[in-house]
Amino acid sequence: MEHNQEHVEQKYGYGIYILVWMALIALTAITAAFAGINLGEITIATALVIASIKTYLVLTVFMHLNSESKTFKAFVGVAILFLLISFILLFSDYSFILRN
Amino acid sequence: MSVQEQTIAHVHRDDVGARMGMWLFLFTELILFGGMFILYSVYRYKYPEAFHLAAKELNTIIGTFNTAILLTSSLTMALSITAIQRSQKSLSIFFQFLTLVLALGFLINKYFEWSVKFHHGIYPGSETLLAKPSGDIIFFGLYYVMTGLHGLHVIIGMVLISVMMRFTAKGVITSDSYVKLESAGLYWHLVDIIWIFLYPLFYLIT
Amino acid sequence: MSETLTVPINGKHPSYLEYQGKHKGLLGWILSTDHKRIGILYMVSILSFFMVGVTFGFLMRLELIAPGRTIMGPQTYNSFFTLHGVIMIFLFVIPGIPAIFGNFFLPILIGAKDVAFPRLNLFSWYLYIIGGCLAILSIILPGGPADTGWTFYIPYSVRTGSNVIPALMAAFVLGFSSILTGLNFVTTVHRLRAPGMTWFKMPLSIWSFYATAWVQVLATPIIGITLLLVVIERVFGVGIFDPSLGGDPVLYQHLFWIYSHPAVYIMILPAMGVVSEIIPVFARRTIFGYKFIAMSSIAIALFGSLVWAHHMFTVGMSDTAQFVFSLLTMVVAIPSAIKVFNWTATLYKGSIDLSTPLLFVLAFIFQFTIGGLTGVMQGVLSIDIMVHDTSFIVAHFHYVMFGGTGFGLFAALHYWFPKMFGKMYNQKVSKTAFWILFVGFQTLYFPMFIMGWLGMPRRYYDYLPEFHSYHLISTIGSWILITGVLIMFSNLIQALRKGKRITEKNPWGGETLEWKIETPPIHENFIDIPTITEAPYEYKQNEDTVLTDKEAK
Repeated sequence: MEHNQEHVEQKYGYGIYILVWMALIALTAITAAFAGINLGEITIATALVIASIKTYLVLTVFMHLNSESKTFKAFVGVAILFLLISFILLFSDYSFILRN
Repeated sequence: MSVQEQTIAHVHRDDVGARMGMWLFLFTELILFGGMFILYSVYRYKYPEAFHLAAKELNTIIGTFNTAILLTSSLTMALSITAIQRSQKSLSIFFQFLTLVLALGFLINKYFEWSVKFHHGIYPGSETLLAKPSGDIIFFGLYYVMTGLHGLHVIIGMVLISVMMRFTAKGVITSDSYVKLESAGLYWHLVDIIWIFLYPLFYLIT
Repeated sequence: MSETLTVPINGKHPSYLEYQGKHKGLLGWILSTDHKRIGILYMVSILSFFMVGVTFGFLMRLELIAPGRTIMGPQTYNSFFTLHGVIMIFLFVIPGIPAIFGNFFLPILIGAKDVAFPRLNLFSWYLYIIGGCLAILSIILPGGPADTGWTFYIPYSVRTGSNVIPALMAAFVLGFSSILTGLNFVTTVHRLRAPGMTWFKMPLSIWSFYATAWVQVLATPIIGITLLLVVIERVFGVGIFDPSLGGDPVLYQHLFWIYSHPAVYIMILPAMGVVSEIIPVFARRTIFGYKFIAMSSIAIALFGSLVWAHHMFTVGMSDTAQFVFSLLTMVVAIPSAIKVFNWTATLYKGSIDLSTPLLFVLAFIFQFTIGGLTGVMQGVLSIDIMVHDTSFIVAHFHYVMFGGTGFGLFAALHYWFPKMFGKMYNQKVSKTAFWILFVGFQTLYFPMFIMGWLGMPRRYYDYLPEFHSYHLISTIGSWILITGVLIMFSNLIQALRKGKRITEKNPWGGETLEWKIETPPIHENFIDIPTITEAPYEYKQNEDTVLTDKEAK
């Protein structure tokens, strides 16, 4: 009895991948160009936001997260949340140390 | 149930379970690198000027080029899966091979980047580096460790993909059974994602 | 993965002990992907390393029986407390219950034939053995065993000439063993539950193993990378944590404890799962508050990941961090307390059967409560400033890790032994061993609370004469405890060799799936995968004894 492929319909033809790839390249170009403009904190924040968008695209399209069950999406959420919270709590130490 | 029925061998297959296992493994890799990103962010907070200046020593053009290479390799990996889904075996193998070539290109660029630095005397434990301010030492320490470990994962990915190429050629991976290729693809995309974050944090903070 | 049901001989399926697969003899064990055999492999290796850890502890207590040098010099003492910690934590308590009993019983408890990734499971055990060998290597290589404490704090861990690198590599490899086990368990619970077994029909130990598995997967990589970075720093002089190169030693501590605090929940959650399994059986009552206990396992895993810096209250963190972590530490005690209340409520007016498993469980509740409450005390900043790095802390964590998890493991051993081996041990001897263990435990560790409070530092080779009587009592306690350990293990080993054979499926009267299958289980666990219709622990309840809300408070 083969209960193997609860497999997803093939939503992903060649076209969608190429489209996403072009978006990724474009976003990279934007980040690089933007880096030339020195706006201090905003530059790095923008770079990170763009990196997050690129990651989102890779996760949902290339890694097929969009067509997986809710469980998988919850898993990814939990992992990212763990990292984020560790980050934030750690900075509760470093951001608030009084410096002489 | 009769004894005869019970002795029939049957293959248990769970593709969803296999992918689930791979995602869980990817989380461990994500957090492994996440730990290093935590390190990076604390030290950047402590040494903003030093990081800003030290980053100028890195070659932004090669870094950007490498980013494009890796993004393209993710594309070819995804395309290889679509190909095998459509029973286009040779095309799938070709895309996997392209992925390998791009990965190799990435590593070669890295090699050049590193050798230029070494040539200038900037490597862990070198006198030149130790003479620089603390922030620089930390920046380059993080640079070498993070890109080094990332490079190691690129190599591991290449080995995985080579194995998948062989499986595809031998008919182990088919249009009916390709979860192995998907899993290798997942691993490769994570390697790409890590670089997506490494790139701006090291090359674009000038 | 091939699933051939074995051919019965004379109508009877061979047990997993007798089963002959592709390999025979010893190879049939060390190459087996049967989760039950892997559980036994872990049992032998984990309990062996436990005895090594006990030996280090015994010798440490011998040194501390009187001030000044007794049997060893200070350098040796430093290595001993390091090794005692590394072995007990990474080779005994963390793998302990999940690797032995999780592996053996998790698939059975959910009605599955094996875990999701049986070959990965075997690989996890190989990693465990490799890690163990690396730890032993760190003892015997020239350079001497590591003397940094199991915490490997910077900067000493990058300065000392002792065998830090093999010790760190051991921890790294053992970390991966833990990660792969966790990964396996999460996937198994999601994918392989029997038909009808919804999440809220799972036995409570599965909830515990599941929550533990998530912590194993998410938290362990942090210490993996941290220890790897220390190795890299030692070898290449890179400049990551070392303050002379611009690094921050406190950052090391943050990263270290981001894993090592959740690690203690990896240690305690499975033991709590065992307690939740045993109490209904020996009180002959449905567990009180099933959903609360299930949810509290998740809550403990969640909140336990947020409190790590309470190990760092004296290093000079910001006031904000001190406040935040102290508050979160208070919060994490709540789900644990919920469990204790629910267990107690289950026992109240139950039909108590004081068999050996229940004795260990009762001791668990007593000791975990003491350990847990002293933990909450330490969460209070003004108290922790005084007791940090004293014997008070040592007593606290031994009460929870040994008095809690250790006794939980002993409880599991005595509960599941008949099912695993088809033999019964001498219960008079096991109860005697229990009482000796219990008395020995309090004698060994309680004085540490007092002398810690009075100022006795931890990890100190020598001490002021005013602490002598406490140390003397404590060392005598260690002798009593070890006597109990030896009696307990020899009783069980004796049972294995010459004990009464039993084939009864359900010697204790349990209600979970393992008590419905053969004793010992057959290779595939089940002839037919059952369909689940009932919630677990469905004992007949005496209407009069059902607690009203008022009584429960």
